[in-house]
Amino acid sequence: MYLTKEQEKMLNGEKGKVIEKMFRLLVRLGDIYGADQMIPIGSAQVSGVSFKSIGFPGLEFLEDIASKNPEVKVLTFLNPAGMDLEDWKKLNYPADFAKHQLRIIDAFKRMGIVITSTCTPYLAGNLPRFGEHLAWSESSAISFANSVIGARTNREGGPSALAAAICGLTPNYGLHLSEKRKAQVRVKVNASLKTFSDFGALGYLVGMEVKNKIPYFVGIKNASTDQLKALGAAMAASGAVALYHVEGITPEAKTMMREGLEQIEFGDKDLEDAYQKLNTGEKPDIVIFGCPHASLQEIGRLASELEGKKLKRPIWICTSRMMKEVANRMGYTDRIERAGGKVVADTCMVVAPIEKMGYKTTGVNSGKAACYLPGFCKQKVVFGSMSDLVEEQSK
Amino acid sequence: MKGKTISPGKAEGVALVSREPLGFYGGVDAKTGKVMEEGHELQGECVRDKILVFPKGKGSTVGSYIIYGLKKNGVAPKAIVNEETETIVATGVILAGIPCVDGIDIGKIKTGDKLKVDADEGTVDFER
Repeated sequence: MYLTKEQEKMLNGEKGKVIEKMFRLLVRLGDIYGADQMIPIGSAQVSGVSFKSIGFPGLEFLEDIASKNPEVKVLTFLNPAGMDLEDWKKLNYPADFAKHQLRIIDAFKRMGIVITSTCTPYLAGNLPRFGEHLAWSESSAISFANSVIGARTNREGGPSALAAAICGLTPNYGLHLSEKRKAQVRVKVNASLKTFSDFGALGYLVGMEVKNKIPYFVGIKNASTDQLKALGAAMAASGAVALYHVEGITPEAKTMMREGLEQIEFGDKDLEDAYQKLNTGEKPDIVIFGCPHASLQEIGRLASELEGKKLKRPIWICTSRMMKEVANRMGYTDRIERAGGKVVADTCMVVAPIEKMGYKTTGVNSGKAACYLPGFCKQKVVFGSMSDLVEEQSK
Repeated sequence: MKGKTISPGKAEGVALVSREPLGFYGGVDAKTGKVMEEGHELQGECVRDKILVFPKGKGSTVGSYIIYGLKKNGVAPKAIVNEETETIVATGVILAGIPCVDGIDIGKIKTGDKLKVDADEGTVDFER
């Protein structure tokens, strides 16, 4: 790989130990994947934040790095933490878990990383432009940035995104290259998609089918950013889709389309099957919305759905701190709490230790959450639309 | 056998071979080095001081931190040999400084074989 004089200095330690170690990681990864050079990134987003996920090995690694006082070179956001960083006591989080979680957050803060623990950085103040190179590591955010915005990022791991943030560079391979962004399989959607959960169910099916290929959707007539967020998140969870195109909707669909692709079709019957597969339980102990983190519109919708209701069992909606702030201002949080629900920031059901909080069956409207909850949190899942799940918890 | 350097260094030791992919997050205990994945062919085996041989990694990206943790806790393998090292394992061995070579036909290696790994050169040889 070609390195500039400045980059050679980073590699041989002239810019300090941390830069040397982090840059060595990027150079190796670049060599493995055949990168020709390093390219500057516009922003970074680092995963591996929850103590539940990374444990003591991750915590110690991050504290080691932070103790050498490196400063990130670009705007860098964090993935969700294992708890609400402000209201964790109210939500009954175990105190020792909280202690370790706060040490992780403190280590990131010392590196100059913005402490916005969210899987939707693009809704919370880290919005890339079309064509911008990034190093992001949350799989649903990667999918959104690549597909809906047309920015360019590979599926980074936590450490490689952190290394890119500290060096301001990423190796030029994979989805940074135009020729690697071409559609690989055509997906014809005959099913009529209405709700957020319909998009999640479709994403679940497509991800299982196409694995890490780049799907090109036809037949999706309209989709909100919330629905595209749900689609991409589910495909990244059930498969490893980092980029998808939707005819007439996403920005690169025209330029990255290819003729003669293998085609798969999904109809209403397939969608029904997906709902059946994703439902592994009944009568949820808790319902959790906001996977990926809820937008302001989704929080507003929940507030309206809960109007005049009294919940028999809890509902949470997870979101970023920024969205929660505005939700407070708009009175959404009050209205949700009056019915017995909670607006939870900085975390989500997948990375929180919900299995240790007494919950066995969780209701979700997210295809991604439905994929991960059985494995990561030992939960049975009730998968349905927001309206149906609100109804269920009020009965 | 000649492969590719993933992480430099040299090591000699006894091979512990898995024919199926190995996930570190939830798959290997960072404190003890024991493989704990239910039903995995190496379940109950310890990776400590072995030349750990498996086709490729699998599972969560957090696996990189587990590999780093193994080294920090003194229970890491001496070296790792893969058919194809994907990013999770590559990141882990580079951060931990564990020698690692990929592009090796691991079908020729059995558990108990004595191996010499020169990850600077990207070679793996049997010690007779």
